[in-house]
Amino acid sequence: MSEPPTANRKLQTADTKPPSAHPIDELVSERTTWATSVRSTVASMRAWIFLFFLLVGFEIWAQLAYHTTFLFNPFNASSIAVFTVGPLLLALGQTFVVISGGIDLSVGFTMGLAAVVFSKILNLSMGVLPDPLALVVALVVALLASAVPGLINGLLIAILRVPPFIGTLGMYGVARGIAYLMAGGTTIPISNPVVSFIGNQSLTLLSIGDFRVSIPILVLVTIVLTVAMVFMLSQSRFGRHVYAIGGNRQASLRAGINVTRNTIALYILSALSAGIGGILYTARFTAGAPQAGETLLLDSIAAVVIGGASLFGGSGTITGTVIGALIIAVIQYGLVFVNVEPFWQFVAVGVVIIISVLVDQTQKQLSGARTDE
Amino acid sequence: MSEQPILRVQSVSKRFGGVHALENVSVDLFPGEVLALAGDNGAGKSTLIKVISGVHRPDEGKISYDGAEVTFENPQKAREQGIETIYQDLALADNLDVGANVFLGREPMKRVLGLPVLDRKKMRTEAAEALRVLDIRINRFDLPLRSMSGGQRQAVAIGRAIHWNAKVLIMDEPTAALGVPEQRKVIALIKSLKQSGVGVIFISHNLVDIFAVSDRIVVLRRGQKVGEAATQATNSDEIVRWMVGG
Repeated sequence: MSEPPTANRKLQTADTKPPSAHPIDELVSERTTWATSVRSTVASMRAWIFLFFLLVGFEIWAQLAYHTTFLFNPFNASSIAVFTVGPLLLALGQTFVVISGGIDLSVGFTMGLAAVVFSKILNLSMGVLPDPLALVVALVVALLASAVPGLINGLLIAILRVPPFIGTLGMYGVARGIAYLMAGGTTIPISNPVVSFIGNQSLTLLSIGDFRVSIPILVLVTIVLTVAMVFMLSQSRFGRHVYAIGGNRQASLRAGINVTRNTIALYILSALSAGIGGILYTARFTAGAPQAGETLLLDSIAAVVIGGASLFGGSGTITGTVIGALIIAVIQYGLVFVNVEPFWQFVAVGVVIIISVLVDQTQKQLSGARTDE
Repeated sequence: MSEQPILRVQSVSKRFGGVHALENVSVDLFPGEVLALAGDNGAGKSTLIKVISGVHRPDEGKISYDGAEVTFENPQKAREQGIETIYQDLALADNLDVGANVFLGREPMKRVLGLPVLDRKKMRTEAAEALRVLDIRINRFDLPLRSMSGGQRQAVAIGRAIHWNAKVLIMDEPTAALGVPEQRKVIALIKSLKQSGVGVIFISHNLVDIFAVSDRIVVLRRGQKVGEAATQATNSDEIVRWMVGG
């Protein structure tokens, strides 16, 4: 390691100056009081707190209305986890996009496209190739196919400067149409034992007498992907540049960050994460459907926003998104569990999105963030 | 003042279409000197600093830096050589902390279990050191710049330039967006910068600031250099007269 470049340019006068010479000293204390840090801690914990009260609320509801437990039922836990997989996979890539100041409306049908391509290729190649090889071929082709809409989104947004909302809305239509055309307007059933095993079996991690801890394989795969995404966003240069681009694109350019390449990579990442969602959807339902992700687009954006990301870019975390996705799944599953008419789910999720954005704005004002200049 | 100028602008002209943005302008900058660039709107101040920082190339004339003639293809190249420009908007990512901003685009990495990860500790300690050298104290390095004052943010922008070994620092209206107390702090900052041997080109409309901090004043009007004087040997009346051409 070389010496820091500043080491040899210490100021001669630095030691002899009186304390008052610290040019901007006194400004620090008033702005970083303990109250600020408490507020920012609460802000970052907001989604956790909400999830906690949601779970407690459903538990009380279930106890009072049906004398049964909501929380301490392993079947519920596992169902909620499986419920979370779809929206979360879309939301993982979406988190990167939203932090960069963009939005990806095409993920739902990119997921459908990947599901259709995966099923088609799997069915075609199973007759020709040995089963494991056929599976690999189908996986690779489906992932490549799902990367294409992402690449086009990225090129449109980064190079042709199309607003993300419009570019990805266009791709929403294109991917949707192509997925339906390829599927002939219907769903494509598959019959591959490995795929349906992945989609519907659980791995038992721990077994002591009657006490067993088992996790659906779908959920395990999602956990691994989530950990990888956490690492990428928080520990890599790419992740740091995503925040920088969302915070100040001009500053990122001047700092020598390759904004164009990073933006294209972002949208490809988002599309790939949707593509994996499509493949796992196919595994779960042993059929690929063009409309696999149709209802999940809004859920994915909701998860990102509830998780604390700002739609103006520059902030957000994968952990927050995971909590956001869990909140949505708990609302949806919980309302079914306590026997509320299912259409109330949409209302509830919609209200939560609006509230979380309102709370976010209020908190930003309270925590002394600059709104001017 | 030291012997050799760190930066020489010799007879530079720049035209945009038929407009003479700069005509035969020559300016020298010495290490440890603060040169104020004064002039009315449209006088050519911005064009001059853009020619120096590599945004524009001069149509005529030449620029020497550190004793050798240079042509910068883009601002990135100028920055790599040690000519940093701090624009009014500071070019900071307000959502990131001090360390992240100082190292923006040049983040140091380390290996943990064989995986490359951001070296946050190094960013933080070196950013703190860069600011300490400038005699700036910021006690929370984990907060985003958004929560800091205009003066502190200016300090971070300057600290970043210095950390990457800037020998020439061009500051475009560094005090314009600040309140009076913060303006004073930035002036103090420029003075301490000067002590460390950096050559500073300081653009301002504010004659009080110019007289408070500069060693020499160059006045531009309609693309031409119409006056140059040591700050001690002139007064604001003379500068204004040069600016308006009376």
